[in-house]
Amino acid sequence: MAKKPEIAQEASEKSLEAAIYAERVTKVFGVGKDKVLALDDVSVAIQKNEFFTLLGPSGCGKTTLLRLIAGFDHPTAGVIMLHGRDISHLPPYRRSINTVFQSYALFPHMTVAQNISFGLEMLGKPKSHVKATVSEMLALVKMEELRNRYTDQISGGQQQRVALARALAPKPEVLLLDEPLAALDYKLRKEMQIELKRLQHETGITFIFVTHDQEEALTMSDRIAVMDAGRILQVGTPRQIYNHPLERFVADFIGSTNFLSADVLSAAGRNARLKLSSGKEVRVELPEDMVPNGSVTAVIRPEYSLLIAESGGEGDLQGVLENIVYFGTDTLYHIRLPDETMFVSRRQNQLEDTEAFRVGQPVSIAFKPNSVQVLRD
Amino acid sequence: MIATTNMQKPFSLKKQPGFGIIAILCFVMLYAPIATLVIYSFNAGRYISIWEGFSLQWYVSAWHNEAVQDAAVRSLVLALQASIYSTILATMAALGTTRTRPFPGLTAIYVMINQPLMVPEIVTAVALLTLFAMIKAATGIQGMIYLVSAHTAFCIPFAYLPIRARLEGMNLMLETAAADLYATPWKTFWRITLPLLWPGIIAGAMLAFVISLDDVVITEFVKSSGQETLPTYMLGQLRRVVSPEINAISTVLVGLSISVVGLFFVVDKKFGK
Amino acid sequence: MENTAAVSNLVEDAQRERTRKSWLLSTPALLVLAFAASGPLLIVLVYSFLSSGEYGGVVWKFSTDAWFNVVFHRDIFDGTMALADAHLIILWRSIKLSFFTTATTLIIGFPTAYFIATRPRKTRNIWLLLITIPFWTNLLIRTFAILEVIRNEGLINIGLQRFGVIDGPIQMLYTDFAIMVGMTYVYLPLMVLPLYASMERLDFNLVEAAYDLYASRNKVLHRVIIPLVKPGIIAGSILVFIPSLGAFVTPRVLGGGKKMMLGNLIELQFGAGRNWPLGAALSITLLGIVMIALLIYVRTTQSNSGSRL
Repeated sequence: MAKKPEIAQEASEKSLEAAIYAERVTKVFGVGKDKVLALDDVSVAIQKNEFFTLLGPSGCGKTTLLRLIAGFDHPTAGVIMLHGRDISHLPPYRRSINTVFQSYALFPHMTVAQNISFGLEMLGKPKSHVKATVSEMLALVKMEELRNRYTDQISGGQQQRVALARALAPKPEVLLLDEPLAALDYKLRKEMQIELKRLQHETGITFIFVTHDQEEALTMSDRIAVMDAGRILQVGTPRQIYNHPLERFVADFIGSTNFLSADVLSAAGRNARLKLSSGKEVRVELPEDMVPNGSVTAVIRPEYSLLIAESGGEGDLQGVLENIVYFGTDTLYHIRLPDETMFVSRRQNQLEDTEAFRVGQPVSIAFKPNSVQVLRD
Repeated sequence: MIATTNMQKPFSLKKQPGFGIIAILCFVMLYAPIATLVIYSFNAGRYISIWEGFSLQWYVSAWHNEAVQDAAVRSLVLALQASIYSTILATMAALGTTRTRPFPGLTAIYVMINQPLMVPEIVTAVALLTLFAMIKAATGIQGMIYLVSAHTAFCIPFAYLPIRARLEGMNLMLETAAADLYATPWKTFWRITLPLLWPGIIAGAMLAFVISLDDVVITEFVKSSGQETLPTYMLGQLRRVVSPEINAISTVLVGLSISVVGLFFVVDKKFGK
Repeated sequence: MENTAAVSNLVEDAQRERTRKSWLLSTPALLVLAFAASGPLLIVLVYSFLSSGEYGGVVWKFSTDAWFNVVFHRDIFDGTMALADAHLIILWRSIKLSFFTTATTLIIGFPTAYFIATRPRKTRNIWLLLITIPFWTNLLIRTFAILEVIRNEGLINIGLQRFGVIDGPIQMLYTDFAIMVGMTYVYLPLMVLPLYASMERLDFNLVEAAYDLYASRNKVLHRVIIPLVKPGIIAGSILVFIPSLGAFVTPRVLGGGKKMMLGNLIELQFGAGRNWPLGAALSITLLGIVMIALLIYVRTTQSNSGSRL
C-alpha cells in the first residue's frame, strides 16, 4: 500500500528556499537478511526560522533522519539540501549545521567556556570574536558564573544548557536537537521547553527537534512531522495534526481518540455524508486526494463530544455509560457502544457541577460540529 | 526467671571457615621473603643469621661497583627506549584495531600483538638468539639494537592493553560532536581523542617500562658479552658467592616497582571514568 | 533510484577506507613483532631440522636427528637405541612440577581471592594493590628472596635451629620441592587475580538462596560458589601452568644444576651442550604443549559458556 509522501510545499521553488529539504531519502543498514530499512523514501521541507519537530516512537527513524541531516551518516538513496545546496555526502564539519546531543557529549577535559568556544576555534575565528561570542552565549543560557568549571562538575540541567550554547556559538544555519530534554526531570523539562522556544525566536535559527513525547511536540513546535516505521505519515501545525489526523497511527499517537467505522453515503468534492454504525448520519470534510469508497474509519477526540442523559434519537451515538473517571480538571466517561466498542468522552469540570450521570445509565453522545475526521485508510 | 538472649554474631553470608586465616597467611608469606631481603640489605653484617646493626654499606658498595653502575645505566636506558617505542607502536595499533567493524585479518592482528604473552619466554629467547645470530653473521652489526628491538617487541602487548581499554571506554559521541563542530578528523584526533587517551598511554608506558626493566630470560639470551642489565648481572652473581649487595640492588628495584605500580593505580583511579 | 548504486558504493568505499587506515596504523607494530617475536619462531622450527655445528650454531644440512634426540638416545658405541632418560626425566619433572604448582596456587589462592572479593568496597582496592605489587616485582628478585628463605643458612633453617626445633639444617634447596615452592611463590598472583575477577562478579543472592534452602557452609562452597567461579579457576590455572612449564630462572636458581626443567634443558643446548637443533626441537615441543593447554582452555571456556543458564 504505497502512500504518497506528504510534502508541505508542492512548488519546487519553495523547496529550494527551504532551510532543509530532504527528497526521497532512504537509509538501509546492514546486508542480506540483517537488512534494516530505517528510512523509507522520506521527503520533507523544513522552512527557515521554523521550530520543526520530528515526532514518533523509538525506532521510527527520526534520529536516523537527524543524523543524515547532521552528516554523521550518508543516505543510501535520496538527496538532502541545505538552502538549495546538496549536502547529502558532505562530512559534518563542512555543514553549517550543529547538533545538541541527547547525552550532551560535552568534552570532559575542557571547561564550559572551552567547550563553547570549540566550534569557533575549529572554524579559525579570530580570538577577539571567539571571546565575545562565548560571553554572549554564556549570557544567553544564563551560565556566566560557571564558565571556568569543568563539565563533570555541573548538574544535568546546566550541562544541557552548555550543550545548547556550544551548538549555537558558531551561529549555524540549522540547529538539530536530539531528544535534549529526555534526561531532565519534569519541572526542569517544562522550564527548558519555554527556554528553547525563546532561544529559537531570539536567534532566528531553524530548529529541528526530535522527540517521542507528543505533548512536548505539540507545545513547542511550529510544525510537526509524525513518523513511524521509517516513513513520515503527516506534516502539519500542531493544531492541524491534532484536529485533522490523516492516518490511524497519527490519530492514535497524538492524544487519545475514538475510532468509529462508517459507510460513505454520498460525496461531492471534499464534502461527504457518512453513516455511522449506530445509524446516525454526519457531514464531514474528506482529506485531500481521498477517493472514498464503501467504508471508512472516522475519528473524534473525546473532548469534542457531549453526553446527553436521555437516550433516544437526540445524539449521534447511543450507548451505556460503563465508567466515570474524575480527575480534578476533567471527567472521562467510558461508554459501551452497541457494537461492543468503547467510546470515551471528556468534559472539563466546572466548579458548580455535580455528577449528572450514573454508571449503567443509557446515554446519548452528541458530536460538536465539524469535529469528525476521516482517516485516509 | 529472666530469659537470657543468646548473644550470637549475626549470620555472615559470605564467611567461609578458615578462608580468612589462609588469606592472611598468604599475604604474610608473600611479603615475608621480600621483607627479609629488604631488611637484611640494611644489615651491617654479611649473613642473615647475624644481625650486626643498621648500615647502608651495601648500598654504598653497590653504588660504587662499576659493574653495577654499568648494568643499571644500561637497564634504564633500555627500559626507557623500549617503553617509548613500544608505547608509540601500541598506540597506533590500538587506534587501528579498536572501535572498528571487524574486518578480515583483525583476529590475526590480535593474535600477533598478544603473541608474546602466550609464548613461553624461553622459546622467544631461543628464537631471537637464533635470528640475531644469523643477522650478526650476515651483516656484522653489533650493539644494543638487538636488545632494544627484542624489548620493544615483547613490551608492545603490555602497552597495548591499557591503551585499548581506555580507548574502548571513550564516549564515541565526543568525536562525533567534534566533527559536528567543524573539527576535521585530524583536529578531532589531536584535540579530543589524544587528550582523553593520554592516561591510558601513560599507563601503558609505565607498564612497558617495568616489564622491560624486569626482564631476565630474553635479555640473557639476546645480549652479547658485556651487555649486562641489572637482572642479568644479578643472575650471574647468584652463581657465585651471594653478596648482600644483591639485597641492596633488589631493594632499590622493589622500591622502583612499588612506586610505578602505585602511580599506575593512582592514575587509573583519577582518570578511570 | 539511479542514485542507490552510486551511493551504496560510496558507503562501501568509506568502509574500505577505514579498514585500510586500520591496517596502516597497525602495521608498524606488526612489523616489529614479526621481526622480533613471531618471525623468529619460524626460524626455530627450521633450525630443528638442521644439523648441529661443531662449536654451536647450525650446519645447513637437513637432519631429523634433533627430533630423534628429544625422546631417544642412540648409544655412540654400540648404536643401540634407548629412551633418552635424562630428557624424559626432565620433561616429566616439568609437567609434574607445573601441575603441583598449579594445584598449590589454587589451594592457597582460592581462599585469598575469596577474602579480597568479600572485603568492603573501600578496603578492597588496598588488598588488590597488595596482591599486585609482588607481581610487578622482578621475577629474579622474588626467586632470590625464596632462596634466602629456604637455603641452609636461610631464614627457616636459622629460625628453626634458633628455637631448638631441629639440630642441623634441613636441606631444602636444590630439590624439586624448592623449585615448586619458588614457582608457587612467583606465580601465586597470577592465580589470585583471575579468581578474584570471577568472584567479584559472583551474585551473593544465589548464596543466600542456597542457605535459605538448608545448605551447609561446606555445601554452599562446593555446590554453589566453586561451580560459579569455574571460569576464574580455569583461567588462573592456565595462567600458572603455562609459565611454570617454561620456567627457566626459578629452577636455575633454586634447583642448582642438578634439577633441571625443560627451560634449563633448552638453555643447555645453546650453551655447553652445543646442540642448537636439539634446543630448537625442544623449544618447539614446549611450544606445542603450551598450545595444547591453551586449546583445552579455549574449548572448556566455550563449552562452559554454552552450558550456562
